[in-house]
Amino acid sequence: MAEFLTVDIWRGGAEGQLQRFDVPRSDNQTVLDVVTHVQKVLEPSLAYRFACRVGMCGSCAMMVNGKARWTCRTHVKKVAADGRLTLEPLANLPRIRDLVADLAPFFDKWQAAGGQFKPQAELGDDFAIVPPSGAARRQADEAIECIGCAVCYASCDVVAGQPDYLGPAALNRAWTLMNDGRDGAQDERLKAVSGAGGCQNCHTQQGCRDACPKGLNPTRSIAGLKRMSLMALIEGRL
Amino acid sequence: MSGRGEMWLFLAQRASAVVMAPLVLIHLAVIIYAVRSGLSAEAIFARTRGSALWAGFYGLFVVAVSVHAALGCRAISAEWAGWRGNRVDGVWAAFGVLLLIAGLRAVAGVIW
Amino acid sequence: MSLQQAAGRVRSRSHAGYVAYLVHRLSGLALAVFLPFHFFVLGNALNGAAGLDDFLLWAANPWVKLGEWLLVSALALHMAGGIRVLAIEFLPWSERQKTYIMLCIAFAIAAGLLFLLAARHG
Repeated sequence: MAEFLTVDIWRGGAEGQLQRFDVPRSDNQTVLDVVTHVQKVLEPSLAYRFACRVGMCGSCAMMVNGKARWTCRTHVKKVAADGRLTLEPLANLPRIRDLVADLAPFFDKWQAAGGQFKPQAELGDDFAIVPPSGAARRQADEAIECIGCAVCYASCDVVAGQPDYLGPAALNRAWTLMNDGRDGAQDERLKAVSGAGGCQNCHTQQGCRDACPKGLNPTRSIAGLKRMSLMALIEGRL
Repeated sequence: MSGRGEMWLFLAQRASAVVMAPLVLIHLAVIIYAVRSGLSAEAIFARTRGSALWAGFYGLFVVAVSVHAALGCRAISAEWAGWRGNRVDGVWAAFGVLLLIAGLRAVAGVIW
Repeated sequence: MSLQQAAGRVRSRSHAGYVAYLVHRLSGLALAVFLPFHFFVLGNALNGAAGLDDFLLWAANPWVKLGEWLLVSALALHMAGGIRVLAIEFLPWSERQKTYIMLCIAFAIAAGLLFLLAARHG
């Protein structure tokens, strides 16, 4: 193990450059440990995000040697065999400062994709019963585990080429709601996910699935939306 | 293009693909067979002239491929060149129509 | 873009699904460029067999044959890759995505080889 890592970190916003730091290696070091060392010891003005440090919140996601990752769950020895790290803010999003990307467009698209649950039930209604073994509920089993870290969004080549594409996370969210028997905005949501930036833009490259730190499969969710949207189109509900 | 319009185009792209999958398979077999037995206008015409079956086969193929190719080019120009909007759509629609006319003319050329 | 950034962009796209997409798109583009010429040449058969035979004589050139081989392979690749996309979109998810990509490539290579064999014989 080399004693020092060579770390290039993005400084600035949309305009900026990489700045080099030498960071001491240590056992079981994560990429987040590296960034924290830089900020605490070498460059106090470095801006970056993190919260939980244990892979629950998703806020420490950034580009590590060109791939979007959670830095808290990425061991240096796994990604920097040659002792070099290049860290940049999440791709496909505006850069605010240093390693901080502006996630507003990402969450705006959750809204645009009909990501809000619209209840059908009235105040006095009985509890809805959603059996865990139900077909629709099982369709959404995996997809509901998404924590919205935007790693898939930063890894999606269609988003890169088509800025109004809703992206894997927002469409995955819509898919969970399309399988929620309590939801009362099904056709409305299908309209939202089949417009110009909708599910039909997905080219099934599976970059999202490849990159998802939770091992989820947005490509599959989006394929489900494509089928639902086509059915709605043919039946005149779009 | 309205949201519903985009979905119709998506349906047209996938439906034309489904139609073409078996046609391409047969076309590949015909290519290999024809090349193996020596390509000449005479050999081609012996198979195709006056054949309603080949006219229908390649007529359907031309319709499907005109739709499919125009929509594929539209997606590529939008994503790789950033060319979007009604005017670009018009250009690709015209490309599809030209393919259709040229394709049907080609079918006529080998059938009549 | 620095060299490192460029390397990063390549790395983030170095998964099988992206390569399959890229190959599908480029083969489709090649076919779309070729189609007008294909139709034009065959359409001229309306003016009699002589014109078509002149073209076929020209097309016997080994470089043209090489181009034809590429187009036949592109057609086979695009068809197989297209069926793969349709399967992802309209059939239940399969975990054997890489296997299917390899099958598509194998199909295209086989079609291309058959074409070359046939051309050698013809």
